[in-house]
Amino acid sequence: MTASAPAQPTNGVPENFTPPHPSLHTNRVLPGFKVSLGFTIAYVSLIVLIPLAALAARPWEHGWAGFWSVLTDGRVLASLRLSFVTAAAAATLNLFVGMIIAWVLTRYKFPGVKILDAFVDLPFALPTAVAGIALCTLYATNGWVGSLFAPFGIKIAYTPIGIFIALVFVGLPFVVRSVQPVLADFDAEVEEAALTLGASPFQTAVRVILPGLAPALLTGFSLAMARAVGEYGSVIFIAGNMPYVSEITPQLIIIKLQEYDYAGAASVGLIMLLWSLVILAVINAAQLWLFKRGRA
Amino acid sequence: MSLTVSNITKTFTKFAALSDVTFEAEPGEFLALLGPSGSGKTTLLRLLAGLDVPDSGAIAFDGDNFLALNARDRRIGMVFQSYALFRHMTVAENIAFGLTVRPAKDRPSKADIKAKVESLLKLIQLEDYGKRFPAQLSGGQRQRVALARALAISPRILLLDEPFGALDALVRKDLRRWLRRIHDETGVTTVFVTHDQEEALDLADRVVVLKEGRIEQIGKPLELYRDPATAFVFEFLGANNQASGTLRGGSVDFGGFSVPAIVKGGSEGAVTARFRPFDTQVSRSGPGFPVKVLSVLPAGANLRLELQGDGGEVYETQHAHDADTSELKAGDTVNLLPTKVYVFA
Ligand SMILES: Nc1ncnc2c1ncn2[C@@H]1O[C@H](COP(=O)(O)OP(=O)(O)OP(=O)(O)O)[C@@H](O)[C@H]1O
Ligand SMILES: [Mg+2]
Repeated sequence: MTASAPAQPTNGVPENFTPPHPSLHTNRVLPGFKVSLGFTIAYVSLIVLIPLAALAARPWEHGWAGFWSVLTDGRVLASLRLSFVTAAAAATLNLFVGMIIAWVLTRYKFPGVKILDAFVDLPFALPTAVAGIALCTLYATNGWVGSLFAPFGIKIAYTPIGIFIALVFVGLPFVVRSVQPVLADFDAEVEEAALTLGASPFQTAVRVILPGLAPALLTGFSLAMARAVGEYGSVIFIAGNMPYVSEITPQLIIIKLQEYDYAGAASVGLIMLLWSLVILAVINAAQLWLFKRGRA
Repeated sequence: MSLTVSNITKTFTKFAALSDVTFEAEPGEFLALLGPSGSGKTTLLRLLAGLDVPDSGAIAFDGDNFLALNARDRRIGMVFQSYALFRHMTVAENIAFGLTVRPAKDRPSKADIKAKVESLLKLIQLEDYGKRFPAQLSGGQRQRVALARALAISPRILLLDEPFGALDALVRKDLRRWLRRIHDETGVTTVFVTHDQEEALDLADRVVVLKEGRIEQIGKPLELYRDPATAFVFEFLGANNQASGTLRGGSVDFGGFSVPAIVKGGSEGAVTARFRPFDTQVSRSGPGFPVKVLSVLPAGANLRLELQGDGGEVYETQHAHDADTSELKAGDTVNLLPTKVYVFA
């Protein structure tokens, strides 16, 4: 009296049935594909692409020669180097520290973990100028932290080190928030499998968990880097803004604008944009490669 | 080299997932842990693997106190229900993992690892798949890779959690035979978890039946089938029917006719008798419960009947295709006579 008779199959397809609109029968789940695609393209164009195109059209007031002279200007080159190198360095530090913080926040239970978790978002939430003033006060030679380093002749505020610190500050949440959900969702059984196979916790972290986090880490890195390259508010207070030494590219653009050199400002902006696109392309290629490695 | 589990108890926040579990696995034995969902099978397996710690009791293997060893040092091959393969590693890298993480002094040479991986790939019949990633394999293939990965460390015990749970019936049957063959070739003591009684009876040397964290019975498949200790085991091991009667002197009186009983407990008087579909006869005029035929289904060598009694109760029976039954059709009225019934406490 437990089993019951199997029902006759009733879900057969009628003999001369043809699906309607065969060309539209793909694997889409969401309805309104055409409408939503049209909207997306229009929106992205309006908000992102058209302004960028306008930027690309702007620098040519003084012709190619004018653009070239900006491009090869020592001060511009120095600021570009400073901006991209410190941004990359800050994003790299954030990559490691952010990963450790994400690990601690997801893996360990301790009182105050929720509060710590909330603190991570502060650099997001704080107006950048506020952050800039706070950092500046802290790291000036007479500030809490700055005064500790001053006796050794190390100046932090008003040097590239200060810029680096400001960029680390603003970039941190990106890595933590990219990695955290992936780490939290990481299949515990996969870790346990590594354990039963004899892997040490360190081997498990490096050989099993880390590769699984790689795409999220890369995303966090690129977001932190993008934010750092464009960061202005929190940097200018602590940077010192000395041409050739501690002047970031966004600052240089502002200076050119204040001098009514709109073409020059747009030229610098365009160069920055091109570099950013190159970096974005490299990171995306890496993402694609990681994705292809069996992460279906 | 036997595995001894004694008086294991495991409680999750007041809820006893395992109570006083004791059993033993002989060297080279193929042992099945059988029980319904939530009966504590996975919990028990995790305790054996060292992924969890029991509240009390002992686990020993070959004289070693297993509870003093952590999961890393037990050298147990565990195959998870979700396979738990390393997605970013190729099949070959997955299989080699347990060897490559060994400390340098115990690690086989690169060539030895390669040879071992190749022999395992051959064993799981995936010789040409070493360079693929898990995402590029079918469920059954992943399952086999998970098994090879566990076997690579030459485990002292192999633990399998519902190894075929996610696969379709045909693949299951295939892999089942294959797993048994691998076990016979490697001779490794194996404990495997299933909620499928057919799988357990078909595959295992002995079966441990679990219910709500307690062991109901341990025995060879045939013993369980012929000699179930409790109503739960009887019902869990296959289709069955129930009828009320009166137990008197070793047989059950159903009012008008009586049937010899195998009595496993309970006292004389009113009882619930249970019987298997094939321990029955139907006839048009003989003794038995008057029943109406609901359906007649050919089931391979047998004929399966669904019958309904006066009170609406449904019986399922099986018979040979003989002259008596071959003319039955839905709507007929017949008498159902159990030929052997079980009575449990
Ligand atoms: N970590 C846990 N915390 C609390 N309760 C748990 C935990 N793990 C398991 N349980 C409970 O213990 C009982 C046994 O669980 P277990 O996973 O061992 O069942 P199972 O026999 O493997 O079932 P299934 O066949 O569904 O996998 C269940 O009631 C479950 O809810
Ligand atoms: Mg389970």
